[in-house]
Amino acid sequence: METFLELKRNSKKPTDGFDRFNLAVLGDSATQFLKIGLIGSAWNARIQLDLWEADFDQILNQVFDMNSDLYESNRDGVLLYYSSEKLWHKFNKTNADEREGFASKYIAEIEEVIQTIGSRSEAKIIIYNLAEFDDAVFGNLTNRVTGSFLFQIRKFNYELMLLSQRTASLFVVDLNAVQSRMGREHFHAANIQINSDVMMSLEATAQVAQQTLKLIASMKGRSKKCLILDLDNTLWGGIVGDDGYEHLQIGSLGIGKAFSNLQWWAKRLQERGIILAVCSKNFEEVAKEPFEKHPDMVLKLSDIAVFVANWENKADNIRHIQQILNIGFDSMVFLDDNPFERNIVRTSLPEVLVPELPEDPALYLEYLQAQNIFDTIIYSSFDKQRTEQYQTEAKRATLLASFTNESEYLQSLNMTCEVEAPNRFNIPRIAQLSQRSNQFNLRTVRLTEADLLRWENDKSYEVMSFSLADRYGDYGLVCVVILKDQGNRQTFIENWFMSCRVLKRGMENFTLNTIVEKAIERGWDRIHGEYIPTTKNAMVSSHFSELGFLGYNGLWTLEVSDYERKETFISKLKNPMIVQPL
Amino acid sequence: MTKERVLEEVNNIFREVLENELIVILPETVADDIEEWDSLTHIHLVVQMEKHFKIKFSSMEIQSWNNAGEMVDSIAAKAPAQ
Repeated sequence: METFLELKRNSKKPTDGFDRFNLAVLGDSATQFLKIGLIGSAWNARIQLDLWEADFDQILNQVFDMNSDLYESNRDGVLLYYSSEKLWHKFNKTNADEREGFASKYIAEIEEVIQTIGSRSEAKIIIYNLAEFDDAVFGNLTNRVTGSFLFQIRKFNYELMLLSQRTASLFVVDLNAVQSRMGREHFHAANIQINSDVMMSLEATAQVAQQTLKLIASMKGRSKKCLILDLDNTLWGGIVGDDGYEHLQIGSLGIGKAFSNLQWWAKRLQERGIILAVCSKNFEEVAKEPFEKHPDMVLKLSDIAVFVANWENKADNIRHIQQILNIGFDSMVFLDDNPFERNIVRTSLPEVLVPELPEDPALYLEYLQAQNIFDTIIYSSFDKQRTEQYQTEAKRATLLASFTNESEYLQSLNMTCEVEAPNRFNIPRIAQLSQRSNQFNLRTVRLTEADLLRWENDKSYEVMSFSLADRYGDYGLVCVVILKDQGNRQTFIENWFMSCRVLKRGMENFTLNTIVEKAIERGWDRIHGEYIPTTKNAMVSSHFSELGFLGYNGLWTLEVSDYERKETFISKLKNPMIVQPL
Repeated sequence: MTKERVLEEVNNIFREVLENELIVILPETVADDIEEWDSLTHIHLVVQMEKHFKIKFSSMEIQSWNNAGEMVDSIAAKAPAQ
């Protein structure tokens, strides 16, 4: 974690070529330091933060003023910072018999604020929860007294979680968790508050700002997807090749609890959809033995998507893992106890995140948890299937090797695809794919659940999602196309993004056939498309020309009447939810 | 800690926080003399002094100094002898 002084220096550095994020900050207390911290943290995350700061304690005035600069058109996010210190003063002035409703009153206010912002802007809303402190009026009985301050603050934080569950555009940054880690005495500086109405110490400001940028980075699709684990003295204590698997420190042996705890955490991440991989200097059979035979191993071989154990350079092995998984290096995290290995990987693959693990394995887990490495703005039940999907991919690779002709191979897969409009089951996954796809993404316009819900009743948008399956299993929802009616019997491909797991399956051809069917159904004669280059999506730079679109001035056009159906080995599943064209 | 020594380290902190290597703080220097020394950076200076000298200023002290020399006096009185 960077200090405030470091962030302040970074806040003045050039940001050429960085992604941009336009954020409005509204606080009930002084936010000047927070502003510096946010801009500095953004620099670390390679984001140019265009930040507009409202005047001190102007949240409601700005939100309800239609002409406020808050509603500038290109706003990406609005940060709301209500502080418990300020709310304590409001609590004091509340009539004693109304204090039981204090949290509900402010949650209702925030709900109204969010609705108002949502009706005028598409910005995502980020809110800090409250740093809990006890005003010691009731002592320990505060836990029983509904009208006590701490009771109400905790209720507020709980209600805020519920509000965030039912408000797709609202994201909570856990300020209270930062305070728990630092301790109240370091989080809050009373001598500074008295003089300046700044509620957080500068070091707390630095940490909160960095937490906020973790969230903003994942809004920009920058989340970590894969955890690569070294084995000896990282995942277990001891060296399996020397000590033998029976003598490894894991479970109750030696300091085994430290390693078990780390494994439980990795297991929980895997259940959440983080891909686990192993990269170890070992003989493969020896490295796999503990997974197969040691009863205290939390992680099993079935939890590991890619297992690489050999004596090659670790950077090369991580390149190999990256090729199999087909994800960006910047979405990978590498854990290794050995500083030498860490340095090799850091030097050859600077985009891979390599945490500087503490020397004592007992400290690994808390250190990693404090970094909040795996922040995300999306979670869906589909995530759980991911490891299985990558393992299935390895089986397909074996089959592919047995065919000499690609068409024959594709035919043998017996692929079927279901095409669906957004519904309440697939909206979370569509939004998630939109956030996670970086390479096969034509315009990299990110969607949230809120966007999809808004378009549901808007006839000018057609959103089509594609779910692919084959004889080995389900790929799940892998591709999304958004068509926008432009009038004059023309349509524009607002975006087209696809999971890289289904490259080389002929999915592009199938998708275009479906787009043309939709165009015929809607009476569109022309389909326009655009490719917006980013640092990640060169893969699709000639996508439209390869599919037969004609280019002019950066815009690609397909005449529906000239279209010849593309060859595809994917058959469409009949789905009653969509109207099949004749 | 001697006042001379404190003044020297205070100068370094001013240069670091205000990001200006040319700043020279004398005991009689006041905020108006230094362009970058406003109420916001004053807070940052105070926090940085607390951190560097491992001391805490009282909220009254923070408002009471009439010039840099008085700030140095506060620090010298609190900072452990080295």
